[in-house]
Amino acid sequence: MSIDLPGFADPVAQAQSTFRAVLDAMARPGTLHDAGNTLTPPAPLAPATAAVLLTLVDHDTTLHIAPDCVAATAWLTFHCGTAPASSPASAFALARTLPDLATLNAGTDEAPESATTLVLQVAALGTGPEFTLSGPGLKSPAAFRAEGLPPDFAARWAENHALFPRGIDLILCAGTTLAAIPRSITVQEG
Amino acid sequence: MPAPPPSPETAARQRWMSVLARASADAIAARLAHAPALPESTLLRGPESGLVMLRGRAGGGGSPFNLGEMSVTRCTVRNAQGFVGHAYVQGRDQHQARLAAELDAALQDPARHDALEQGVIAPLATAQQAAREEAAAKAAATRVQFFTMATMRTS
Amino acid sequence: MAYVAVKGGERAIDNAHAWLAEDRRGDPSVPEISLAQIQQQLGRSVDRVMAEGSLYDPHLAALAVKQAQGDIIEAAFLLRAYRTTLPRFAYATPVDTAAMQIRRRISAVYKDLPGGQVLGPTYDYTHRLLDFALAAEGHPPAPAATAPAEAATMPRVSDILRGEDLIEPDGDPNPPAEPGDLTREPLAFPAGRDVRLQALARGDEGFLLAMGYSTQRGWGGTHPFVGEIRVGECAVEITPPELGFAIDIGDITLTECQMVNQFKGSKTKPPQFTRGYGLVFGHAERKAMGMALVDRAMRHDEFAEEPNAPAQNVEFVVYHSDNIEGTGFVEHLKLPHYVDFQSELETIRRMRREAEANAASLKEAAE
Repeated sequence: MSIDLPGFADPVAQAQSTFRAVLDAMARPGTLHDAGNTLTPPAPLAPATAAVLLTLVDHDTTLHIAPDCVAATAWLTFHCGTAPASSPASAFALARTLPDLATLNAGTDEAPESATTLVLQVAALGTGPEFTLSGPGLKSPAAFRAEGLPPDFAARWAENHALFPRGIDLILCAGTTLAAIPRSITVQEG
Repeated sequence: MPAPPPSPETAARQRWMSVLARASADAIAARLAHAPALPESTLLRGPESGLVMLRGRAGGGGSPFNLGEMSVTRCTVRNAQGFVGHAYVQGRDQHQARLAAELDAALQDPARHDALEQGVIAPLATAQQAAREEAAAKAAATRVQFFTMATMRTS
Repeated sequence: MAYVAVKGGERAIDNAHAWLAEDRRGDPSVPEISLAQIQQQLGRSVDRVMAEGSLYDPHLAALAVKQAQGDIIEAAFLLRAYRTTLPRFAYATPVDTAAMQIRRRISAVYKDLPGGQVLGPTYDYTHRLLDFALAAEGHPPAPAATAPAEAATMPRVSDILRGEDLIEPDGDPNPPAEPGDLTREPLAFPAGRDVRLQALARGDEGFLLAMGYSTQRGWGGTHPFVGEIRVGECAVEITPPELGFAIDIGDITLTECQMVNQFKGSKTKPPQFTRGYGLVFGHAERKAMGMALVDRAMRHDEFAEEPNAPAQNVEFVVYHSDNIEGTGFVEHLKLPHYVDFQSELETIRRMRREAEANAASLKEAAE
């Protein structure tokens, strides 16, 4: 059983600081924030990924774990207190490669908040191919770099953005860094 | 749907966990004073307090409904021998949950099981059984012994 | 509705709280009451606070009783507020009341039932005369009598009665859907029996008593019998995913009431006895009985009964059974409504002026 590795040593303080990081990341899309510095999660989870899930997922939420992350299922089940969901159209979805966003839950016009939040672990943030983000939270278009997003990411994101106010929100994690791209944001290559 | 009967190992573990869940931290600590010291352990989760939603069944045996919540404290430790112990105990006593988790880990260790079973679990279980029997005996004393007039005449 | 922010009250509020603390403590020459004393000696208050606060924790309920100066609804409110700070770990396996460790178990329909009539610690046969011996701090009472016990658990009367099919069965123990949860999803109507029972279990005892009483007096008439009341301890069991097997995590005291009612039968159902069900935290017979009466009354649609009484009106009962919500809405009237009231005052003045003008013009016309 891979639950042997501990979760947050101080659950309240660490969940609060991670929550603040996610909140700031969502409010200022594309900016980089520290998370999970003290965590030692099991492979393949990065500390930031683990911190986000420990903070946001609990017994009352559903989490889908993509096949490329199932090695961490027992740890996540134990420390988040949630049973893994069979469908990716759950409250949260964890993956290391961008899934077909149409398989997630984009919410409804009546309840757009019920959409899936995708926690995507990538190779690196702040380096790699450049994208330009624009939209709420950004005074002017901002550059954003990430390694590990698919080459057609901007086009696939455009389909998601077009659904607004429905749509998927994306939290990107690498190492001990996270960034977010909410559904309201337009992504362009370069 | 009746669940398949648990293995003897699981049944034994269920039993000691149920005894520890019903024992106060003081009662556990008092028994531990007469038992071999517990090995060092590290916390994997908790101790943390939360809620369990309790359920009843309509009519007693029908469809479930949510009755209300109960406070519960859980703790998970890994001890120096590598055994992982879990505890879920009613109430908010984090010390009780930690002791129960440490004991759950140590009781899985064949080298320690018997001493802890005899020194800690058995006496706690005996005290709990005695309390149950006392309540049952008081209840029995308030049982109405109906007798009919005919019985009265013949007696 | 409009509220206005009013500044300047902070000092007054601080001073009011300080006086409240002093008032709560009372005369300092009188020893302070401990939580253990409340838990041990005011057990029925603690039970009621747990039931209506919908949180089983005798220690916290005792604290709430102390903090609220014995105001039961205020204390239940404190528990409800506290529970929102805690994460939920699990849903328990439904309690098995047939396996209850019995302290009290009576039936008004069967004299000689297996297990017998066990009176337990009851007020039923007391003469309701004030006991002045309790006013004097005395010695603890002599220990209760004991007798050899046959079995700690007893079959439920409903299970005994079921043999001849003269009483309705319990229903599907494994329905396809999870039971609704009022603490997670807002109320929607028509509300299923699962949600209704949850609402009643946390409902106000006085409200349920009055509603149940009304059904006996002809408002939604049923002819109820107490099939069984049982009070005792039930084990709580959960199955943590990391273990994969069920474990006991403690015992809770519950009161269960099975109310048996006559039923004439309908096009689809043969005549048989129907049932109302009550299950409440702690030792709370009055509430369990009220709950069972109201549960049965609200099941009118299952038996093609004409709903024409308050207790049969699901929306009315479920919306108004919760004393925390009722307290919030009634007591909010104390908040400043200066703006609404000013506008109403203006309206009344205008209506008056118009009425006076109309009266004057009528008078002129008449002259």
